[in-house]
Amino acid sequence: MSAARAELAELAGREYAYGFSTDLDTDFAPRGLSEEVIRLISAKKGEPDWLLDWRLGAYRHWRTLAEPTWQNVTYPPIDYDDIIYYAAPKKKAALSSMDEVDPELRAMFDKLGISLAEQERLSGVAVDAVVDSVSVATTFQARLAEAGVIFCSFSAAVRDHPELVRAYLGSVVPYRDNFFAALNSAVFTDGSFCYVPKGVRCPMELSTYFRINAAGTGQFERTLIVAERGASVSYLEGCTAPMRDEHQLHAAVVELVAMEDATIKYSTVQNWYPGDAEGRGGVYNFVTKRGRAAGARSKISWTQVETGSAITWKYPGVVLQGDGSVGEFYSVAVSAGHQQADTGTKMIHIGKDTRSTIVSKAISTGHGQNTYRGLVKMLRSATGARNHTRCDSLLIGGDCGAHTFPYIEVKHPSAQVEHEATTSKVSDDQLFYARQRGIGEEEATSMIVNGFCREVFRELPMEFAVEAQRLLSVSLEGAVG
Amino acid sequence: MNAVTRPATARRPPSGTDSGLAAQILDRASEPGWPPEPGWLRAARRRAAAWVEDHGFPTTKHEDWRYTKIDAALAVPMGTPPEGAADGGASVSVGDLVGPHLSGARIVVVNGRVVPELSSTGDRLPPGARVEALAGALQRLDGRLEPSWLWRAGDYPHALRAMNDAAAVDGVLIDLPPGTVVEDPIEVVFVAMPAGQPSWSHPRVIVVAGAGAGATLGETYLSGPGGPAVTNALTQVHLGAGAQLAHHVLQGERTDSFHFSSLEARLAEGSRLSSRLLATGGRIGRHEVDVVLAGKGADVDLDGLFLTGTGQHHDNPVLVDHAAPGCTSRQLYKGVISGDGHGVFNGHLVVRPGADGTDAAQVNKNLLLSERAEVDTRPRLEINADDVACTHGAAVGQLDPDALFYLRSRGVSEREARAVLVSGFAHEILERFGSGPIRRRAEELATAAGLIVLDEDGRSSGAVTAATTRARRGGRPQ
Repeated sequence: MSAARAELAELAGREYAYGFSTDLDTDFAPRGLSEEVIRLISAKKGEPDWLLDWRLGAYRHWRTLAEPTWQNVTYPPIDYDDIIYYAAPKKKAALSSMDEVDPELRAMFDKLGISLAEQERLSGVAVDAVVDSVSVATTFQARLAEAGVIFCSFSAAVRDHPELVRAYLGSVVPYRDNFFAALNSAVFTDGSFCYVPKGVRCPMELSTYFRINAAGTGQFERTLIVAERGASVSYLEGCTAPMRDEHQLHAAVVELVAMEDATIKYSTVQNWYPGDAEGRGGVYNFVTKRGRAAGARSKISWTQVETGSAITWKYPGVVLQGDGSVGEFYSVAVSAGHQQADTGTKMIHIGKDTRSTIVSKAISTGHGQNTYRGLVKMLRSATGARNHTRCDSLLIGGDCGAHTFPYIEVKHPSAQVEHEATTSKVSDDQLFYARQRGIGEEEATSMIVNGFCREVFRELPMEFAVEAQRLLSVSLEGAVG
Repeated sequence: MNAVTRPATARRPPSGTDSGLAAQILDRASEPGWPPEPGWLRAARRRAAAWVEDHGFPTTKHEDWRYTKIDAALAVPMGTPPEGAADGGASVSVGDLVGPHLSGARIVVVNGRVVPELSSTGDRLPPGARVEALAGALQRLDGRLEPSWLWRAGDYPHALRAMNDAAAVDGVLIDLPPGTVVEDPIEVVFVAMPAGQPSWSHPRVIVVAGAGAGATLGETYLSGPGGPAVTNALTQVHLGAGAQLAHHVLQGERTDSFHFSSLEARLAEGSRLSSRLLATGGRIGRHEVDVVLAGKGADVDLDGLFLTGTGQHHDNPVLVDHAAPGCTSRQLYKGVISGDGHGVFNGHLVVRPGADGTDAAQVNKNLLLSERAEVDTRPRLEINADDVACTHGAAVGQLDPDALFYLRSRGVSEREARAVLVSGFAHEILERFGSGPIRRRAEELATAAGLIVLDEDGRSSGAVTAATTRARRGGRPQ
C-alpha cells in the first residue's frame, strides 16, 4: 500500500491542467443582490417587462426561502451579498467572422482544446460559447436555420423569439421549485436556447462550453430546449474553469421539453476546478436540471460525466408525462481529493407504460465523498410503468466514502421497480489477473475503472466519449493501489 | 462530513404537537402510585422529557419520518395508563388475548406494567440467569442499569425514543451471566388494554448477555378493544463477546392501535444477533431496528415481513452500523400490501472508516396487490471504508403474470393462484421463525391477516394444497 500512498501524494500534487485566468476587460454589476441589481441586469440586456416581472417575482420568492441543508455535502456558508451577479465582456462591434473574436478569448479556448476555428472546420459541431454569462460567438447558425432549428444565446432568444421563451420559461423548473432555481430565475444572465420544430431532426450535435472567468463572479446560466412533435436533438455541454482561491457558485437551470415522439439527448462533461490539495477553492456546482417528456412516446436522456467541482449537487430528472414516454439517466461521477458529489436523478412516472432507466457509476478516491441520491416515483396513473436502477460505487483508498440514498415511491400495483446497487473496491482478483499478464498496476486499475464506466461512456456522443475517458484517467492518475 | 451523524439530532424537527405533554409525564412521576425510584433515574427522565420539549415530535418534514404521519397517535392522551390488567368490563380478557402458556419463561406486560399473576419465569432457567420485572430490577440493582438507560441520552433519534426514557416504568430484564445458555424461548407478551381509556404505554426490555451466553426471545404485541391504544416500546440488547440472541417480534395489534417499537442492539466481538419481525397489526405499525456492530467479527441477520391491509401503515426503519472490521450483516424485508395499505422500508447501512472486511447485504421486496396499495422504499448505503463488499437491492411489483398464467393454465382459480404466489413470497421470511411455539404464533397471526401459511416443507393445507397438487400434476414448472 505504501507505493499507492506515494502515488496518492503525487496525485494530490497534480495541478489543475486548465487552471489559468485570461485577462478580459469586464463590465460588472455592483456586488450583492437587490431589486436594483436585477433591474440593472434586465436593463443591460434590454429585456421586455414581462421578463423583468418574472425575475422580480423569483427574487421576492427567493427572499422567503432558506438555503437547503439536507444534502450530504458540507461547505462554508455562502454570502449571497458578496457575489457579483453580472459580468459581461465589454461590447465590441458585431462580429462578422471568427477572426473578429477577441484574440485573448480565442487563445483561452485554444488552451481548453476547443478552438472555435477547429471546431467549425473539423467537428461539424456548432458551439455557442458562453464566457462570463454572455454569449460571445455562435457558429453554424446558417445551417441550423436552414433546417428551421433555432439555436442561440438566451438573450438573443428573448429578443428574437419572445413568444417561445415566454411559453416555456419556467414551465419545467418553476422559480418556486427550490432555493437555487429561484436564485437563478432572479439573476440569470445568459445561456442557451434551442427550438427544434415539428418533425425536424437537428442536423448536428449542438454544444455549449461554459466558462467561469472573472474572479468572484458566479454564473447563473439558463438553458431551454424545446423539441416539437417528432423532432430530435442531441445537446452537449462541457465545462472547465480556471483556478481560483475563492469559492465560486454556479447555480444553473436547464429545462427540456419534449413533445409527442420527440427525443432530446443531453450530455454533460463537467470538469470545473475542484479545489486544491487541502480542499480550498473550487466550484460549487448547484444545478437544477429537469426534462418534461410531455408528449406520448417522447424520450429524454441525460448522460453526465462529473469529474470536476469542489461540490457537485444536482439531480437531472425527467417528468414522464406522456404515455409510453422514456427517461434515461447515465452518470459517472468521480470524487478525488476533497471533492464532494451528491448527485442522482428523479424519475416521475405519470403516464401509462412509461419507462425509465438509471445507471450510476460513482468512483471515490483520496478524501472524496460520493453520494447517489435518486427518486423513482410511480403515481397512481402510471399503469404498467417500469423502472430499472443500477448504481455501483467503486472505492479506491480508505479515506473516501460512497453513499447510496435511493427513494422509491410506488402507488400503482402494475408498476415494476427494481433497484440494485453494489459498493466495493477494485477487485483484487481482477487486478491479480491483469498483473499476472504483465499489465502494470496503474494501467490495470485504469482498465478496470474504464470497464466499470463503459455502460455510461457508450451513451456519450463520440467526441465526448473520448474526452470523458481522458478526463477519467487524468482524474485517477496515481490514485490506484 | 466523515462523521456519521444520526440525522435526527442534526436538525431540529418542527414540533408536531403541544410538547407540554412531556412535562405532564414528569408530573405523573411525583404521583403516589409511581414506584419509588433511584435518583439517577429521576434525573434521566427529566433530561429525556426536556429533550422532547426541545425537539418536538417528528413530522413528515423529518427525513426518517417522511412517509409516516403520527398525528393521530399524538392525539391520544399521553399520560401513563391505568395500572394493572385493565380488562374489567372489556369484552376480551387479557388471558384470552395472550393465549396458552408456551414452554419456558413467559412475562405478560399489560399497559406497560408486568402482571405477575399471568407471568412465570419457568423452572428451567440455568443457574445465575434471571428473567424478571424491570420495575423491581431497577430498584434492586440500582445503578447497574444506568448505562443502558442512558445509552442514547441526549442523542435520541426522535422524540418517541426519548419518551420511553422519560416514561418507561416497567418491562423485563433478562440477565444472562457469561456462558449461560437458556434453551427454552423466553416469551414476553405486551398487551395494550385501553378499556375505554385510550392512552400510551412505554414498556421496556433490557437484555444483557455475558460472553458466550445465549437465548431466544420472543416478543408479541397485542391490543384489546376500547379505543385506540399507543404502544411505545423499547428493547435494548447488549451482547458480550461470542454471545448469541435469536429475537422474534410479532406485532398483531388491533387495527385501531398505534404501535411504535425499537430494537437497539450493541454487538461485541464475535457475537451474533438474529432478529425478525412479523407485522400484521396496528393502524400505524413502526418497528425500528438500530444495531451497532461494535466488535470485530460480529454478525447480524435481520428479517421482516409486513402484511399491510386496508387502513394500515407499516414503517420499517433499519439502521445497521458497521463500527468494527470483519462484521457481517444481512437484511431481508418483504412487504405484502393490499387494500389501501401503505408500506415503508427505510434501510440504512453505515460502514465507518476502518471497518474493513465488512460484508453487508440489504434487500427489500414488495408486492402490491391492489390499485390503491402504496409502498415507499429507501435502501440507503453510507460507506466510508474501501475493503468492503456491500450490496443492496429493492424491488416493487405485482404478482408475476407468467406465474399466474402457469397456475391458471393448470386449472387453478385466479383467487387460489394469487394466494399460492403470495404464500410463497411470504414463506421465505415466515420459515425463519424457527420451528417452535413462536413459529406457530407467527403463523396464527399471518393466517388471521389473510395469508395462507405454508408448512415447514413449503406445503399448505386445504384448498391451496389441492390447487398446488393440480398444478404439480399438470407439469414441471419451467
